[in-house]
Amino acid sequence: MRLTRQLKVTLALIGLASLLITAGAHAEPPLPDIPKGKGEQCVEPTPVMRKQHFEFILRHRDLTMHEGIRTKKYSLVECINCHVVPNEKGEYPRFGSDEHFCSSCHNYASVKIDCFQCHADKPESAYGKAKGKFNHALGGSNPHHFSNKAAGPLSKGDLELVSAENNSHE
Amino acid sequence: MSNENRIDTYRRKLLGGGAALVAGVTIAPGVILNTVAQAAKPGDRPLDRPVDDSVRWGLLVDANKCDGCEKCVTACHETHGVKSHGRPETDAQWIRVVKLRDRKTGYEQQLPVMCQHCKHPPCVDVCPTGASMKRADGIVLVDKHICIGCRYCMMACPYKARSFIHESLEGEQLPHAPRGKGTVESCTMCVYRVDNGQQPACVEACAAEHGEEGKALIFGDLKDPNSEISQQLKKYGGKQIRADLKLDTGVRYQGI
Ligand code: SF4
Ligand code: SF4
Repeated sequence: MRLTRQLKVTLALIGLASLLITAGAHAEPPLPDIPKGKGEQCVEPTPVMRKQHFEFILRHRDLTMHEGIRTKKYSLVECINCHVVPNEKGEYPRFGSDEHFCSSCHNYASVKIDCFQCHADKPESAYGKAKGKFNHALGGSNPHHFSNKAAGPLSKGDLELVSAENNSHE
Repeated sequence: MSNENRIDTYRRKLLGGGAALVAGVTIAPGVILNTVAQAAKPGDRPLDRPVDDSVRWGLLVDANKCDGCEKCVTACHETHGVKSHGRPETDAQWIRVVKLRDRKTGYEQQLPVMCQHCKHPPCVDVCPTGASMKRADGIVLVDKHICIGCRYCMMACPYKARSFIHESLEGEQLPHAPRGKGTVESCTMCVYRVDNGQQPACVEACAAEHGEEGKALIFGDLKDPNSEISQQLKKYGGKQIRADLKLDTGVRYQGI
């Protein structure tokens, strides 16, 4: 008899618990705060990009590396150009911080990526147009990058200089 | 150049098989193909098309003109964000100026040496992962995405052209020159610049320093008899370093 009563109580508790869990599921889960990019629309619809961005990037990576295809769509450099924007102080967020587009979501989802062990986490515009003739807009002897040991955030002055030069390049 | 023009140039080149074309060739009655003799230039290929072997990019170094100013080295390393970590033994070198001295006469010369972009690259033969690779247009590269850092290729290269990255470089890379710890790298013949219609950084820097007449470096298509590099080679010849290895290098030297 006692056993059955205990069983009843346990069952009731389980029922209550599952009720609570389902009720909890209806509440809004916390979402990452994803920084807004430059453009209006990404190269594919947002739900597609959310699910498949890495398939696009991976395929493009191999095409670029082995076949020399350098179209802009799906290029990682272009992702960064659009998605990593400076804050009010003109500083670019670095990969790892929640303000950086890629890490804002990857931190949230606990998905570790290693793109930025090799690739630049800042847009091309952050590097400016080099002074040397041979460097064009690809970085190079830009004072920020070569005289500073650690590439910290860019100052507002640097940025003004850089964007003025960049405009003339287009 | 707009992409459309590029496509035209590219088609012209494909149709002509890379050879000089006479203006206004009749290919069928009533059909006149208007073409001009034109050497292949970097950037002729539209960027949405894979590279093919209709070109082979090469470099010609004139050791008689090289004065050892090392402008090419600085340009290369600045363009690719290659910096010293204060340990010269392991610092990456994509290009170096080598000094030669004849012990008998005391005659000295210097010349830049970089990856020789071999047609039969030993570094590609030994790579266990396929990371060390040759592009269809002759440029030898490391696909760092699949390089495991075993350094077999460094041992196989007769020119000591490759370097290993020992230090973490996080946050210091340039957008067009991804580099990272644990991978091997070497001269890429400025592959992204060439694809985008520019000359390699070293070539541009040398010409900027010494002028058109005095420049020691020429870049171009070895398969195109009209290119500056082919014309020079035809006139004055060119040597390969360690030609005995029969690697058919894409980098040739004069005056050695
Ligand atoms: S020079 Fe060395 S690194 Fe370059 S292709 Fe030849 S073997 Fe490979
Ligand atoms: S170090 Fe990298 S590129 Fe060189 S042989 Fe090993 S895997 Fe291949």
